[in-house]
Amino acid sequence: MTAERKLDARKMRADFPIFEQLIHGKPLAYLDSAASSQKPRQVLDAMTEFYETSYANIHRGVYDLGERATEAYEGAREKARGFLNAETTREVVFTRNVTSALNLVAYAWGLDNLGPGDLVLVTEMEHHSNFVPWQFIARRTGAELAAIPVDVGSGELMLDDLDAVAERGRLKVLAVTYVSNSLGTVNPVERLAAWAHERDAVVVVDAAQAAPHRTVDVQALGCDFLGFTGHKMCGPTGVGVLWGRRELLESMSPFELGGHMIRKVTLEETTWNELPHKFEAGTAPIAEAVGLGAAIDYIGEIGLDAVERHERELLEYALPRLEEIPGIRLFGPSADRRAGIVSFEVEGVHPHDVAQILDWEGVAVRAGHHCNQPLMSRLGVPATTRASFYVYTLAEEIDRLVEGLHKVQRTFA
Amino acid sequence: MSELDSLYREVILDHYKNPRGHGVIEGADVEAEGMNPLCGDEVSIFVSFDGDRIDDVKFRGRGCAISQAATSMLMEMVRGRTAQEVAALDREELLEEVGIPLTPIRLKCALLGLGVLKLALHKGKGTPLPDEWAGLAEDLELK
Repeated sequence: MTAERKLDARKMRADFPIFEQLIHGKPLAYLDSAASSQKPRQVLDAMTEFYETSYANIHRGVYDLGERATEAYEGAREKARGFLNAETTREVVFTRNVTSALNLVAYAWGLDNLGPGDLVLVTEMEHHSNFVPWQFIARRTGAELAAIPVDVGSGELMLDDLDAVAERGRLKVLAVTYVSNSLGTVNPVERLAAWAHERDAVVVVDAAQAAPHRTVDVQALGCDFLGFTGHKMCGPTGVGVLWGRRELLESMSPFELGGHMIRKVTLEETTWNELPHKFEAGTAPIAEAVGLGAAIDYIGEIGLDAVERHERELLEYALPRLEEIPGIRLFGPSADRRAGIVSFEVEGVHPHDVAQILDWEGVAVRAGHHCNQPLMSRLGVPATTRASFYVYTLAEEIDRLVEGLHKVQRTFA
Repeated sequence: MSELDSLYREVILDHYKNPRGHGVIEGADVEAEGMNPLCGDEVSIFVSFDGDRIDDVKFRGRGCAISQAATSMLMEMVRGRTAQEVAALDREELLEEVGIPLTPIRLKCALLGLGVLKLALHKGKGTPLPDEWAGLAEDLELK
């Protein structure tokens, strides 16, 4: 039996150069990792080293450098495969981010497989990136769009009426987020996937907020497509991953067209490259993929189980402290049912004013609708303030958040 | 004085908590509304004219302290002035009244009310919307 790995956030911070500076004369309490995480030196160094020693375009050059670059890029794909426990790298497509991964599915699968009488089921807590593409493609194809509602009190999906919702059409696709970016809610994706598959629907999972914080195993989840992004998990911006079941990806038309994704082009006709290249038109985010590979290694070394435990400890520390402040309304489920994300409302104070005052305390939080406008409507607020945690978050930063909120309330008293 | 004290200075908080000219004018000659999609600030402005003069002006809205306080200050500044005069009002006049340093993002909050008011005057009296407002009008989703 191996001992539980423990994460030492203070030690982690030494890896992140961003924390070497002061913000408004105070140490940076970066509580906005759900928007984008900070980057460890290991990732930055891997990218710099790649640029300095091995950079060239990939999949073309017969020269040594081109081969090394290709090897590095494809090596990152293998790391992403392992990270997701996918069967083969053919199922691992590099994209720009989760948004482009989900648009790929909505267009390349949706346009050819949806029509009048079909039902596209999303949830009220989807990020706009897993909602707007489906709304758009449903309208284009004449399919019906429905959303699984969110219970405001618990911050969880209301699954009791699932069968009734599915009666609104022929269920063809269920698009669901693994972890809510506003509420932190961890959704029962496995159960939902099994339910949707009983109805022969395709299951699309947005793992943007899950992949940085917990193990994402596409085979265990039983989904058909899943997207995650590098920049929320210590990697660079500009690279994400779409995983899809091979037979589905093979049956689909390409999304973007151009270089690299072709097999043969004539004036009359073009045939497509094999998977995954069919979906990777143009020059790929090569160094970014290398950076993502380094981020996967970095997180792998910490252990996602340790990350999850660290965030749970922070939540167990933060939730009661925030709850006991009069005039603070917390959204979302209990600590054991969510990832390290806490959204709240300060009575009588707009989230932007909250965030501004916290900024002067060196505490960076997000204020806004979090690309969750349907969810904000359901919660009955125009926006919320959101604090989110990651491997470098310290309990004392939660103390600073709490102190900052007292200052907000004093200012507006 | 710290940045914080200056941004949320007494007068801003006072206007935020006790907005002047807050409410709706039933049967107003013209109304306009706008929002700042970034922050979700919303402002609606109602104007009644006496000839070309702004006889009464009221607003309602929700949003951050800067957007609501600046609009409240604006109500006090423009009542009794002519539509043409207010349409030509330099934004610096309002910003001076607001009197706090603003980042580009918060500047939009502070100018939301003025943008909506100029739009109302444009709708009611055909006053011009200066060029500098064209881009902002789009940002603020004026309608």
